[in-house]
Amino acid sequence: MTLAKLTRTWAPMAYGFLDGQAKREMRRKMLKAIAVPGCQMPYASREVPMARGWGTGGLQVTLTLIQPEDRVKVIDQGADDSVNAASIRRFLARVSGAAETWDTQDASLIQSRHRVPEERLGADQILILQVPNPEPLRGVEPNMSTARQMHADADYGRLWLTLYEQIVRSGRIMQGAAYPALVNGRHVMTPSPIPRWDVEKLHMAQHLTFLSAGREKRLHAVPPFTSVTPLAFDDVPFKVEAHGSLTCHRSGITGQFMNELPQSDGGALYEVSDSHLGIKAIRARDGEPDTTGPTWYQDGSFRS
Amino acid sequence: MTLHRLAPRIVTANPLLTLSGVTRRFGTLTALDEVSVEVFPGEVLGIVGESGSGKSTLLRLMNLEDAPDAGVYSLNLPQTPGNLFALDRFDRRMLCALHIGIVYQNPHLGLRMGHSSSGNVAERLLIAGERRFSVLRGKGQQALEASEFPLERMDSPPSELSGGMQQRVQLAKAIALEPALLLLDEPTTGLDVSVQAAVLDTLKGLQRDRRITIVIVSHDLGVIRVMADRVMVMRHGRVVEQGLSDQVFQDPQHPYSQQLVQAKL
Repeated sequence: MTLAKLTRTWAPMAYGFLDGQAKREMRRKMLKAIAVPGCQMPYASREVPMARGWGTGGLQVTLTLIQPEDRVKVIDQGADDSVNAASIRRFLARVSGAAETWDTQDASLIQSRHRVPEERLGADQILILQVPNPEPLRGVEPNMSTARQMHADADYGRLWLTLYEQIVRSGRIMQGAAYPALVNGRHVMTPSPIPRWDVEKLHMAQHLTFLSAGREKRLHAVPPFTSVTPLAFDDVPFKVEAHGSLTCHRSGITGQFMNELPQSDGGALYEVSDSHLGIKAIRARDGEPDTTGPTWYQDGSFRS
Repeated sequence: MTLHRLAPRIVTANPLLTLSGVTRRFGTLTALDEVSVEVFPGEVLGIVGESGSGKSTLLRLMNLEDAPDAGVYSLNLPQTPGNLFALDRFDRRMLCALHIGIVYQNPHLGLRMGHSSSGNVAERLLIAGERRFSVLRGKGQQALEASEFPLERMDSPPSELSGGMQQRVQLAKAIALEPALLLLDEPTTGLDVSVQAAVLDTLKGLQRDRRITIVIVSHDLGVIRVMADRVMVMRHGRVVEQGLSDQVFQDPQHPYSQQLVQAKL
């Protein structure tokens, strides 16, 4: 009897940077988050080779979900080529063997900061948002224990009060990002930095969305076909950014969410925020086949 | 003024508020010792007594901010249970928002100083489930108007307002949902005499117009005399005397009440 006969030969047991226990814990919390849409689940946020606040929450969810056969896309403010997006994408590919992609339709996992892609996501895709603040009540209730109690009681009067005062003060709702939304008729969530424009994309969507905050150690989820209703008064309807009439100066795309590029003459140019959508449009203009998929918005208004 | 308002009121209704055998201890101190109170619909009950007599503790219990060691509290309203002290946090919050209004001596307790005055009033309506902006605005305005608040300042935060105005905002917030019961905890203490008179005038007018049931706590006998139909004198956590206010003020029976009435300047 030799030792070699008693033991198995060495083989790699885990991939995706996190150890098995960490992934197991994440999976439990992610399943819980799916079971109670919009409810924040605390989790033990692990160290990852990135500073807190740079997307460690999203990264841990992605590392738990990723498999070698996945195709992963990483977006930073709509762009695939920013330093942060590129390094996270490269890291994910290196530790899991998954393929890198820029194409929204091609990706099976999309980790994103600030934006939901403009092309519609399908049932086989998972969107992971890195969020800095998972708590919609933070602005009105600094005490986190009290805030948890308010969630338990569905006591969201003070969020409504904030919206009321914005209308009183400015004549319209000024909340541009972190627009509170009621998920599944029960929990109010903040989609953190994503603009109002993107909130409606989560409503009754085919894809699964995770929102994870690594520093705050909490994650929540919007499962497929779940209602996501932005808080709005009955007589003051929810409005998104008026980007319908803007044209991207590079790709010529209109009616999508734009980044403003201030010019030295005081004017501004606009550039489509979802950079790969722009790339697809430019390629189509240059004679390649148009691979742009159906988009959520057309001419600045949402198509349900 | 119609005749029935002048006629003496004969109690035929069931009490709106019933507290029975309420005891509240803080460590070794007994703040309330088996206190029982009944308040009838449309009545104004004044509670007087020196500091530490338990009157504010009693009011806090009526507002369900605190739980007693023993006792039963009920409000004669549809769909409310027999003992309100047994309610859970959620039901308690809804009941307080819908049926009980309170004005504190210290406006910081009752108002959100960072929000606008109209927002403070609107919050009550929001808790009750109102989701139309125009209604929130309109009803808030009505409530502020009823408490004689100058409407041009309705969007200023209470921190920028005078003490009398802050009390009016508290009052507007309290009456916004037309509660069955209005609790006033030393509402005019700390205001100067002329402002005090003006606020009392508003309260009196509201009571006359809306027939709200009011429980008012004060150490100021003048305020109680102006406002209350019936007076309850408290000392060391006990009710030492109660009766119609004229009766108690003209002919106090208990030695402590006699002292209290005599001591009035």
